[in-house]
Amino acid sequence: MEEFAQLLDRLVLTPARNGKLTLLVDYFRDTPDPDRGLALAAITGDLNIANVKPAMIRTLIAERMDEQLFAYSYDYVGDLAETISLVWSTDEPVRANAVPTLGDVVTSLEHASRSDALRLVEKWLDQLDASARYALLKLVTGGMRIGVSARLAKQALAQFGEVDVTEIEELWHGLKPPYQPLFAWLEKTADKPESLAAAPFRPVMLSTPLEEPDYARINADDYVAEWKWDGIRVQLTAEGGARRIYSRTGDDISHAFPDIADFMSFEGTLDGELLVARSVDTAIEIGAFGDLQQRLNRKIVSAKQLESHPAFVRLYDLLFDGKEDIRAFPFAERRTRLEAFVKHLEPTRFDLSPLVPFESFDDLIELRKEPPHPIIEGLMLKQRSSAYVPGRPKGPWFKWKRDPFIIDAVLVYAQRGHGKRSSYYSDYTFAVWTGPESEPHLVPVGKAYFGFTDEELKQLDAFVRNNTTERFGPVRSVRAEPEHGLVLEVAFEGLNRSKRHKSGVAMRFPRISRLRWDKPPIEADRLETLEALLRDSETMG
Amino acid sequence: MLKRPEALLCSTPAGLYSPAGDFHIDPVRPVERALITHGHSDHARSGHHKVMATQQTLDIMGLRYGANFAGETQAAELGKSIEVNGVSVSFHPAGHVLGSAQIAVEKDGMRIVASGDYKRRADPTCLGFEPVACDVFITEATFALPVFRHPDSRDEISKLLKSVEQFPERSHLVGAYALGKAQRVIRMLRDAGYDRTIYIHGALEKLCDYYQSQGIDLGPLAPATTEKGSVQDFAGAIVIGPPSAFLDRWARRFPDPVSCFASGWMRIRQRARQGGVELPIILSDHCDWDELTGTITELGPREVWVTHGREEALVRWCELNDFAARPLHLVGYEDEGD
Repeated sequence: MEEFAQLLDRLVLTPARNGKLTLLVDYFRDTPDPDRGLALAAITGDLNIANVKPAMIRTLIAERMDEQLFAYSYDYVGDLAETISLVWSTDEPVRANAVPTLGDVVTSLEHASRSDALRLVEKWLDQLDASARYALLKLVTGGMRIGVSARLAKQALAQFGEVDVTEIEELWHGLKPPYQPLFAWLEKTADKPESLAAAPFRPVMLSTPLEEPDYARINADDYVAEWKWDGIRVQLTAEGGARRIYSRTGDDISHAFPDIADFMSFEGTLDGELLVARSVDTAIEIGAFGDLQQRLNRKIVSAKQLESHPAFVRLYDLLFDGKEDIRAFPFAERRTRLEAFVKHLEPTRFDLSPLVPFESFDDLIELRKEPPHPIIEGLMLKQRSSAYVPGRPKGPWFKWKRDPFIIDAVLVYAQRGHGKRSSYYSDYTFAVWTGPESEPHLVPVGKAYFGFTDEELKQLDAFVRNNTTERFGPVRSVRAEPEHGLVLEVAFEGLNRSKRHKSGVAMRFPRISRLRWDKPPIEADRLETLEALLRDSETMG
Repeated sequence: MLKRPEALLCSTPAGLYSPAGDFHIDPVRPVERALITHGHSDHARSGHHKVMATQQTLDIMGLRYGANFAGETQAAELGKSIEVNGVSVSFHPAGHVLGSAQIAVEKDGMRIVASGDYKRRADPTCLGFEPVACDVFITEATFALPVFRHPDSRDEISKLLKSVEQFPERSHLVGAYALGKAQRVIRMLRDAGYDRTIYIHGALEKLCDYYQSQGIDLGPLAPATTEKGSVQDFAGAIVIGPPSAFLDRWARRFPDPVSCFASGWMRIRQRARQGGVELPIILSDHCDWDELTGTITELGPREVWVTHGREEALVRWCELNDFAARPLHLVGYEDEGD
């Protein structure tokens, strides 16, 4: 339990991806089964153990300490689990062999009633150190937040076993905590476990950006063009009654889209883009990315959302036709099969991503400039002969994104970065003008922390340090006046309405494309520019 | 016996003052006669006319402020009484940093002990705290909340060494206050078997030299400067400097640093998070909650006066445990030592 607690403590404070990977790999190497597998499950959110309510834990501490002293403590620390983990004291000396392992905790809780669980937690609190008490409390109250995605955890497993991450993704859904067969394989003491899951995930094929040296390769004989739709890439698999919707990293998101799953009455595996419709008549009308966000990251979807934001899948590819694996077939042949396959599917839930006809590369240049729908991100170029292979091989599939939107905004706040950048002010909040022309003021519209070169970072940092007007912890506000300040050219992929931001808009994927030392702040853009852009993208849909 | 302890010591805007002996303890403004508990800059300020402190504290003040930091100095020998205007004063080890002392003041059978800052656990760089029986005990309260229970110091040093092993391509920047904490971290690393060169920020140099001259072996140290501008010189190294330096441009010379901070405040996760600390090392030169309450129980004074820190919680504990207690509300101490 204490090793697990130390791992959590370090993961939470380690900002860099590589640092997290090192910590996880070392933990997997040094920790025996079943603890490492249970820790993995706790991190990926696959560990379900009896819930103990925070209020019940509070009653435990009330029996043990003065209420006033607890109130001072809670007030100072702010987090209930952390406060209790720190103030908990016991008269019994802790014996090393009495300290429970993560396995002990999970096994005991599996068979415990709610009131037994509380008694167990009390006993363990007496036996653990402060850091492990914290981990225990977070585990049993279900409040674990450690900044490690399931994707990163799988990457760590791949690194630990020196295998490709797609192999882990493929297996993942047939495995259960504590994943002993998986670890045995990764440690090369056993064969690769057979994927036992019905309707398993198949690693997804990805594209590389099209860059100038590759333009010459693109011709209508070898390549087909498709629109690149800005939804979420999904894989649909139906096999012997099992139906799964996977994200492109193999997360099972079926529960969030019952309106798709209900209609997956086919046998096979499809690749496509999940999109959301705004109004339903007989045809499919695509909503903006903001509409799709209404449906993401939800555990339960309400009937209302199913009606107001119904989902559908625009199909790109066919991987399994019935039980037949056709991934090795050329794209052109798979496409023919897909066109036949889609005829048997429910048309309001599934449609075909159309091929975009072209004759020359110049045609593509024109098409990319004026896509017919705002939710199109650009063009996909696929080699007719390409097999469906996992990962991101360069050549068979290219993506060619539309040029980003650009605005000029004024730097208003800067925050110190993390890790390598902890001595730099490297996270920038920028604003545009609003209010009457005679008395304009700045309203923040976004935050960016990349896009600039190392040299530009130094210049930005120096500007921030020399123009600080106020400091709040790691944040500095900088001079931003009509005639004095720094204008940033910000590139972004799109806009959404936002209730959380004062400006009412939220940018997608903003980054700093240029430093406009030459431009006085008053010449930066106004909020109206963004609002007009937002209206355009909504009415076009 | 004096009727009221306030006639012997009371709080004033300049700090603790003895009306009977006409002297201040750790005054925050220049005064005629100052008794100094230890060398941290919020307790030991320059510009007093007469200063009495342990020889080591006087030496440290000299290093920090220059030889003319006071009009006159007088070294107090530990455990020996000295008369000051009819009040008997004596200095006793406080276990906080090198040279740190509690100051006992006594007149007509009434003894008050001003602890200054103190801790109870072993520290290889200074003498341990000696309990002195007294009528009134003035205790600091820097970490006077039940949430502060410092873990075993050696485990914290092991955490650092484990991380150095895990990330051999990165340098570990350890923020530690220049007087006391920095040398304690270095000495503890040596005790844990770490014998490689430890790199130190310029602000630590004089104090580390001084500790070495006092017989505290810190092992091989080198300035954390890049001679030929090669960042890779510090890959895998431990670098120690004052916490403020790590947020500054100075820190850029190190390869992908792991920022560490050795402090009692690191007990609280949010503190670490806010400071951008990647590896908190919970190591304090102050008492934790159990040591504070344990010391009061051990001394059993008639009265407890609580100063700088979270006074209210410790006063509450005293109430619950039948000790007369009150906060002193002294201003100007910023716990530089942690």
